[in-house]
Amino acid sequence: MALFLLRRLGAAVVLVFVIATMTFLLMSMTGGDPARNILGDGATVEQVAAKSAELGLDQPLAVRYVDWLGAAVTGDFGRSWFTNEPVMTSLANKFPVSLSVVVTAILVTAILSAILGVTAAVRRGWVDRFVQMFAVLGFALPNFWVALVLVTVFAVNLKLLPATGFVPFATDPWRWGLGLILPVTALVVGTIASTAQQVRGATIDVLRQDYVRTLRSRGISHRSLLFRHVLRNAAPPALTVLSLQFVGLLGGAIIIEKIFALPGIGSLAVNATLQGDLPQILGLVVVMVVLVVIVNLVIDLLTGWLNPKARVS
Amino acid sequence: MSEALIPAGAVVLPATAGRQKLYRRVLKNPMAVGSLGVLALVILSAVFAGLITGWDPNRAELSDALAAPFGEHLLGADASGRDIFARLIFGARVSLVGALIALATALAIGIPTGLIAGYFQGWFDSLSSWFASLLMAMPGLIVVLALISVIGPGIVGVMVTFGALLSPGVFRLTRSGVVSVRRELYIDAAKVSGLSNYRIISRHVLGVIRAPLVIQASMIAGIAIVLQAGLEFLGVGDSSTASWGQMLSEAFSNIYVAPTMILWPGLIIGITVGSLAIFGAALRDTVQGAEPVRRPRRRKPTSEESASMRRLDLSTAATAAVVSPRDGGHEDLEPSDALLVVRDLQVGYPQPDGSTTIVVDGVSLHVDRGEVLGLVGESGSGKSQTAFSILGLLPDTGAVLGGSISFAGRTIASADGATHGAAALRGRQFGYIPQEPMSNLDPSFTLGFQLVEPMRHILGLSRPAAKTRALELLDRVGIADPRRTFDAYPHEVSGGMAQRVLIAGAVACDPELLIADEPTTALDVTVQAEVLDLLRGLQRERSMGMIMVTHNFGVVADICDRVAVMQAGRLVEQAEALELFDDPHNPYTRMLLSSTLEDTEPRAARGTHAASSRGTAR
Repeated sequence: MALFLLRRLGAAVVLVFVIATMTFLLMSMTGGDPARNILGDGATVEQVAAKSAELGLDQPLAVRYVDWLGAAVTGDFGRSWFTNEPVMTSLANKFPVSLSVVVTAILVTAILSAILGVTAAVRRGWVDRFVQMFAVLGFALPNFWVALVLVTVFAVNLKLLPATGFVPFATDPWRWGLGLILPVTALVVGTIASTAQQVRGATIDVLRQDYVRTLRSRGISHRSLLFRHVLRNAAPPALTVLSLQFVGLLGGAIIIEKIFALPGIGSLAVNATLQGDLPQILGLVVVMVVLVVIVNLVIDLLTGWLNPKARVS
Repeated sequence: MSEALIPAGAVVLPATAGRQKLYRRVLKNPMAVGSLGVLALVILSAVFAGLITGWDPNRAELSDALAAPFGEHLLGADASGRDIFARLIFGARVSLVGALIALATALAIGIPTGLIAGYFQGWFDSLSSWFASLLMAMPGLIVVLALISVIGPGIVGVMVTFGALLSPGVFRLTRSGVVSVRRELYIDAAKVSGLSNYRIISRHVLGVIRAPLVIQASMIAGIAIVLQAGLEFLGVGDSSTASWGQMLSEAFSNIYVAPTMILWPGLIIGITVGSLAIFGAALRDTVQGAEPVRRPRRRKPTSEESASMRRLDLSTAATAAVVSPRDGGHEDLEPSDALLVVRDLQVGYPQPDGSTTIVVDGVSLHVDRGEVLGLVGESGSGKSQTAFSILGLLPDTGAVLGGSISFAGRTIASADGATHGAAALRGRQFGYIPQEPMSNLDPSFTLGFQLVEPMRHILGLSRPAAKTRALELLDRVGIADPRRTFDAYPHEVSGGMAQRVLIAGAVACDPELLIADEPTTALDVTVQAEVLDLLRGLQRERSMGMIMVTHNFGVVADICDRVAVMQAGRLVEQAEALELFDDPHNPYTRMLLSSTLEDTEPRAARGTHAASSRGTAR
């Protein structure tokens, strides 16, 4: 198990490094003059040159890359070209908000899809038909549209839940939770739809296995069969889907945050994109990828813990 | 294609024929036709948008701002007084073209790399698989946002990027399809007949993955439409032309004034993407229905089997003249103290078309305490089905339709299906030994756990007591290092060891009846003899009744006291083992005997085994 962990950790570090390098090169090699963009058309050539020197843009690409990477390893992604705020500071302010939404959404997805998917596989009947129909519906309806409908119904018309705003958990857990209900609901409609479908498929696959019949022949209880043996064997494929959902949710949250006016990474990402704020975007991408890699690592470890065979390969 | 390829072509034929049939079957599926119709409607109205509506999607008439639907403007007008319906169908162009670009990119990247990686494997396979998982770890929207800041919001660049990010799905699908196909015999045949790699790939491999690819493509198109609308909604898209996402964004700014405006773009996205999803699902269902599903126990009798069933009827009619108590499967010699009695058992599988496939028909047999009954027949003869009926472990779709099964005087199954007595007997009175050892052990638990769990549940033992007993059992079934095996996972032991563990599990709670379903078929010949010895020894020392399901008369000769021969779901002959070998009455038994005796072990070897097993049993 230690070797397994070490190998996965090594692969994860390499992955982050490669993506960071690719992003840096891709974004630095394209044309345009960032200094000119920052200062606007009114700036003189001298001012632009001075700005370039200040940002280190007059250095060769290789030097800039080594400098950036060296600082990035220590968690320093430089300062925003526009606000001059350290990138890490703004990320540290914004990420907790987004993570509140995404992590809650992934937990809700995991629990509800497990219940729905297993019930559909075991009971069949109307639950099964519901899961199948829900899968199409959840795929077809964009989550930001669901969010708009939820805002219209629950916030604008019924005035039951807050339409916008975020209250930190530490300030008021109750209002934190209330504020999360609509954004999380909007996000999980799609993820539950597809994950429940996957859980259903995986459970049906396991139920068909020979060893399930043999376990039944041994006289063990139905409950133990389902909750101990079937769930454990059906979990790895479902976990893989869940890790992909997490990647999707990070993107989905950006749009959802705009609708609910949540001060997360969404506005940061959009503004940085519109302005061409290179350090900000780079920091964002790297932190996101690190998050994804951590989640994948956790899922890998869970899979390895659940399925002894996965530890070997 | 040259003439030399005819043999290979003959093998490949089903794929080609299946393809045409699939095309026709898809057109018969109402879901597929319906969703395709809706998609066609969306596409056509986008193409002919200028003819359908007189409104210019970008002409703002402030006097019409927020006009109600069904007046001058079919779906009303937005805050700038632009016609919503016109913007909807003109906006479809953006979404559809965007989806098309993303799809084309994903396929253009995914298919060739997947084909090369799967077909040639090697370093390219490792590299591209690694790259695919790298792409899948990228948060798509962020990457696209990052790129927009560099390349601008042009639809081509954005959708090409999306396509690239979605290509790992296509790559993996193609690759796994190729990997599974390239091991097939007809690919070897094609290679032997001199077909070039290019030809093999384009003809055979692509044919196999075509349907899954279409399904994947419909999903990618749907995802691309949603992602693109999301970008437009964020306001980082191209704002000069009407698009669905942009309409949603405008509706959002007016959400307090005109909440219904969010409805139309949402509906059109939902309908378009939903149609794509439904088409994909319908195609998947059609493909899965088209494949010869491997359900050996559920299939209808093949024409060959039906023929043999008819032959059977004739043969029973012929032998009816020479009336013999042991022919026709009638149970006349049933002793009163029999452990298990099966009477006129009929097992069937109701089919979707309303008919019922009968797999066991009128089977009567009994097993006494301490007796070994051989249940013999070729595959598909219903012998395993009979065994599973006794255990109450028929698949969900099957059922006991007639007759009864009783154990120690109690009825445990009958036609009304009301009695589920077998459930209470499994583990306690019934022990089951499966055919294929590896697939019958739960891969996620140690062998020890799988032995201990039923003992704790059924015998109520404490964990240490159950463990002690499990170690004793492992020792008894001939495992050299019980402690190590106890802690091992199924994938860490050999097939022969796994089968010994399964035997230990079957006898763990002292059952009175052991049902062994071809327990030696999946094992090496040398291990087979040992396992048979072990079974015979255990059966004798615990004087268990035993049903030995087998197709091998060598096994019968080795271990069985009595034999019941099955063919096409019926019992054709039942006799003492020695009697049957000396004088088989039924022509089918004679045929089986003459065909199987040739490949059994030499008589001398069997003799020593019998002797040794007698020695163990004493």
